[in-house]
Amino acid sequence: MSVATPTLAGLPRLLAGVAEHGSLDLVAHLDVHGPAPELPAPGRGRHSALIDEVEAAGLRGRGGAGYPTALKMHAVTAARGRRRTMVVVNAAEGEPASLKDRTLLESTPHLVLDGAALAARAVAAGEIVVCVGEDTPEVLATVSAAAAERNRLRERIPMRIAAVPGGYVAGQESAIVNHLDGRAAKPRHTPPMIFERGVGGRPTLLSNAETFAHVAQIARHGAGWFRGLGTAEHPGSTLVTLGGPVVAPGVYEIGHGTSLRSLVDAAGGLTESLRAVLIGGYSGTWIGASQAGDLTLDDGCLAPHGASTGAGVVALLGESACPVAETVRVASWLADESAGQCGPCIFGLDAVAGRLDEWAAGLAGDGREEQLRLASVIRGRGACRHPDGALRFVASAIRVFAAEFADHGSRGPCGACTAAPSLPLPGYERGSPTPALAGAWR
Amino acid sequence: MSRHLRVDPIACEAHGMCAELLPELVELDEWGYPIVDGRALAPELVEHAQRAVRACPTFALLVEQRAAHAHPSRPRPQPKNSSAVS
Repeated sequence: MSVATPTLAGLPRLLAGVAEHGSLDLVAHLDVHGPAPELPAPGRGRHSALIDEVEAAGLRGRGGAGYPTALKMHAVTAARGRRRTMVVVNAAEGEPASLKDRTLLESTPHLVLDGAALAARAVAAGEIVVCVGEDTPEVLATVSAAAAERNRLRERIPMRIAAVPGGYVAGQESAIVNHLDGRAAKPRHTPPMIFERGVGGRPTLLSNAETFAHVAQIARHGAGWFRGLGTAEHPGSTLVTLGGPVVAPGVYEIGHGTSLRSLVDAAGGLTESLRAVLIGGYSGTWIGASQAGDLTLDDGCLAPHGASTGAGVVALLGESACPVAETVRVASWLADESAGQCGPCIFGLDAVAGRLDEWAAGLAGDGREEQLRLASVIRGRGACRHPDGALRFVASAIRVFAAEFADHGSRGPCGACTAAPSLPLPGYERGSPTPALAGAWR
Repeated sequence: MSRHLRVDPIACEAHGMCAELLPELVELDEWGYPIVDGRALAPELVEHAQRAVRACPTFALLVEQRAAHAHPSRPRPQPKNSSAVS
């Protein structure tokens, strides 16, 4: 995987200096970005200048939900009272098709830590915790080294690094809070909301790692500069993980509203013709190639397709891949990734994946009605959004690949079903047979 | 204020007492877990609902009070995360 930026005006921002330095240590970081501004800590009952600036910048969280960051910061401040709050940087990145948070932390850790330190001051936090997936030891090492380097900066708010379990739902925000409080890393039933009662019962500002890096840049350059890229509704630049049949798959920094075409061009172009693109990862939405040509990567353009940029996953699927086999494989994985807490998720996603597998293997005729029925029974009934995300992925697949599913339903597996998987999944080696379909062929 | 029935899906273990005691409002899915809608409870059903709440062996059934203007399926402003990511 490469780290690169398209040659677009005003970029790179977050990844500035990365092409020259590889990974920016503190000296390189200060050289490229300059020191973080000394913002006065807000007095009791007074407003933070940083929160105002983040609000004016219109920054939205980069972890998937796109919630306005300033609203979260205000909520933590409002819930604080006389207590110290917590700041949690979420870099767990459980989405298999996403590499942007680990790439960001490996290449420019101090930008993320700057943002965390600035935000911590703005919300009067007593501690900062940076959560990194335990399955990425190299990221843990880089962030730990960076945190040690910052002793020189004499920041007053203590910072610690926490290794959090891998897995899709373990990166969900309430699962992170549970883990930091010594419980199993599983989502909890909300309310209370994390900004009211998070880690150790304290009001907690928990955001994605990239979000904090943007906070650091807004503090340095201001809201006007930030809005110089992106759209009015989704300002600024964003990191995307581009995967699939392109010359140089990897993590790219783009302005919101960049066309899919120019992103693909920046990655050297396609290596085969395009069948479809998956936007937003494995809780995201498929868009067919016929509609992908004019696509721009911002939620205004994606909303009519039922898609949003989410955490920035753009996974291309080429004509040589079987979309049915890919969908079955990911759906089975998503069912296995249930935290095992809520009945509708445990049994429901298992049923979805099982019947999808039978449909794809030609054992169940037309499985479409059954999928729609299951989705209507399951939707909205989990404690977290995992089941709804999985249902969205499956629903868009059977819509976009209707012809391919119909063909499999009547004729069984196609020649491409055994091809090496295109969509990445942990534990599934590229080139191994599709596990979910293997059973049907015995 | 209005009252609404809610299930804590983590606590629920599909004992089915709620559907037994409150068939007007609770339907079970094919795995035995309750499906409730978010609509306000009719006044004549509040007492029955509270009986079902008390009977739940895992304390998974709740009657919630909400301000009248709140949208039933969206009771609070919520910084939400997609299921996992982030």
